[in-house]
Amino acid sequence: MLISENEAILEGEQEWLRRKARWVWRETLRVHRHAPETRLASSLSAVEIFVALYYGGVLRFDAAQPRWQERDRCIISKGHGSICMYPILADLGFFAAAELSRVCQAGGILGGIPDPVIPGYETVNGSLGHGLGVATGMALGLKGRGSERSVFVVTGDGELHEGANWEAIMFASHHGLEHLNLVVDNNGVSMLGHTEDIVSHDGLLDRLRAFGWDCGQVDGHDVVALRQALVQMKAKGQGKPKALVAHTRKGNGVPGLEDEDLCHVMNPKAELIDRLLQESA
Amino acid sequence: MSVRPMPMRDALLERVCGAMAQDRAIYFTTADFGSPVLDRIRGQYPDRFANVGIAEQNLINVSAGLAVEGYKVFAYAIAPFITMRCFEQIRVNLALLSKVRSINVNLIGVGAGYSYVVSGPTHQCYEDLTLMRALPNVAIYSPADHVTAAALLEPCLAQAGPKYLRLDAQVLPVIYPTQAPDLARGFHVHRGGGRICLVATGFMVHTALKAAQEFAAQGRALGVIDLFDICRFDAGALRHALAPYAGIVTLEEGFRGRGGLDAMMFDFMAHQGLDARMLNIGVEGDYRFELGTRSQLHEQVGIGLDAASRGIGRFMQAVAG
Repeated sequence: MLISENEAILEGEQEWLRRKARWVWRETLRVHRHAPETRLASSLSAVEIFVALYYGGVLRFDAAQPRWQERDRCIISKGHGSICMYPILADLGFFAAAELSRVCQAGGILGGIPDPVIPGYETVNGSLGHGLGVATGMALGLKGRGSERSVFVVTGDGELHEGANWEAIMFASHHGLEHLNLVVDNNGVSMLGHTEDIVSHDGLLDRLRAFGWDCGQVDGHDVVALRQALVQMKAKGQGKPKALVAHTRKGNGVPGLEDEDLCHVMNPKAELIDRLLQESA
Repeated sequence: MSVRPMPMRDALLERVCGAMAQDRAIYFTTADFGSPVLDRIRGQYPDRFANVGIAEQNLINVSAGLAVEGYKVFAYAIAPFITMRCFEQIRVNLALLSKVRSINVNLIGVGAGYSYVVSGPTHQCYEDLTLMRALPNVAIYSPADHVTAAALLEPCLAQAGPKYLRLDAQVLPVIYPTQAPDLARGFHVHRGGGRICLVATGFMVHTALKAAQEFAAQGRALGVIDLFDICRFDAGALRHALAPYAGIVTLEEGFRGRGGLDAMMFDFMAHQGLDARMLNIGVEGDYRFELGTRSQLHEQVGIGLDAASRGIGRFMQAVAG
């Protein structure tokens, strides 16, 4: 089942989305249990964002043809923090589910940081602050061809410290790239602590608006609200690029990890993961 | 037949402009750097031209995005800025990405070596060959005249992948008056004979030709090779051309001993089993802020005609001895 692009969805579909998000949260824990080299906390803050994008009828894609010309492009700039995409892409048929049992293993395609050798990934991620600029070029190219396809970019808030993002932010509004959609996984924590204590992003929405972007915000763990906000954002024109700041918790749902200063590099013990999986079953 | 010398950038952009009329997949990006021909490109093809502003990181990223969407991209800026300001963007979004997705991005850097003579070391460029060589799947072209620069349009359009074109900012004499050199070969033998061959690139080909002419006037022959494709030259053909020589002299307008043409030739000779002796002529020392003509600056750092000729003379004696 996939939800249609209609703006309003039924109660049953909302419940289905919530269950899907719960399932992806659990599968992400499972991947991390087998491959502790993966970044768990950054990936758990983005679960609902990707569930809404891929199951909520927001993105147009064809798992059998990952590079289908008529797809919407989804650039996952916070590559390290998208391990939750592994179960999603496998579930949708981008690659065989057997890959999930050999994450970070020789011969597999799913690394500690995803690369575009994985069907469904568009660009090279991992080094932060690159995705938005490349996505901007893609949106410019699509506009030049008269294409109606959208480009989505998912960044963290920490990587917005990279100045190249702001070069792209200026460029995108100048060129009125209205099919460009930025989703910020605003979990508020980068590697060494909370971004507000490092270099603050206070007033991020106002900053983006001042750069000529159309902006909104949403509870990034309410998958139904997220899905609604993403559908509305995608539909908007008005000659402006658009941003949605999703307020999230890094390490969402894992005691001892969630919103901790150093959660980026923390690995919960296998017993804790097993207990969480059991409790949420 | 005489060909009037012109700036390399205009010679190449003239051809890009012509190609844009036929090929709607060509896109031109610049980091706020121009030329008279560029004014024509942006006037005639505003829908396939983007000035990203003084923002080289975004120049590379936007160009990569356009290329992913199927455009053949020419990205244009001053040489040190398009190679060094955005080196990691080149590495990640061109070199790495091109291993997975077919992209065609051609970086045109203007200002090789000391060619921005009075602008000082920010605008001069003595490290770019080293840095771009470090990216194993980036092609590097270093033409010595505008005829070669113009001919580079063909490989730029025909071959996918990232490429770097290192263009001189000054008008250099024409060394290919009748036809462009064989680009597939990657080098051109201007003079044969003697026991020593000068292997030069870019501006230094002119210095090598002058030095060889002076030695020839004294009855001492030298070979001269213009190596304009730094990475993908025909190795077998170059091996064949260099095999008769007892000594090889590299000449580059970049730091000596820091991974440029000299390092490339050491590696080449070792791999090919050639045991000729080597002399490397490149920029000695480090950064300088002195003003002067290009030839004065070159003499100060050991790559001027006089300095090079002295070194070559000593090397000839050493090899003969």
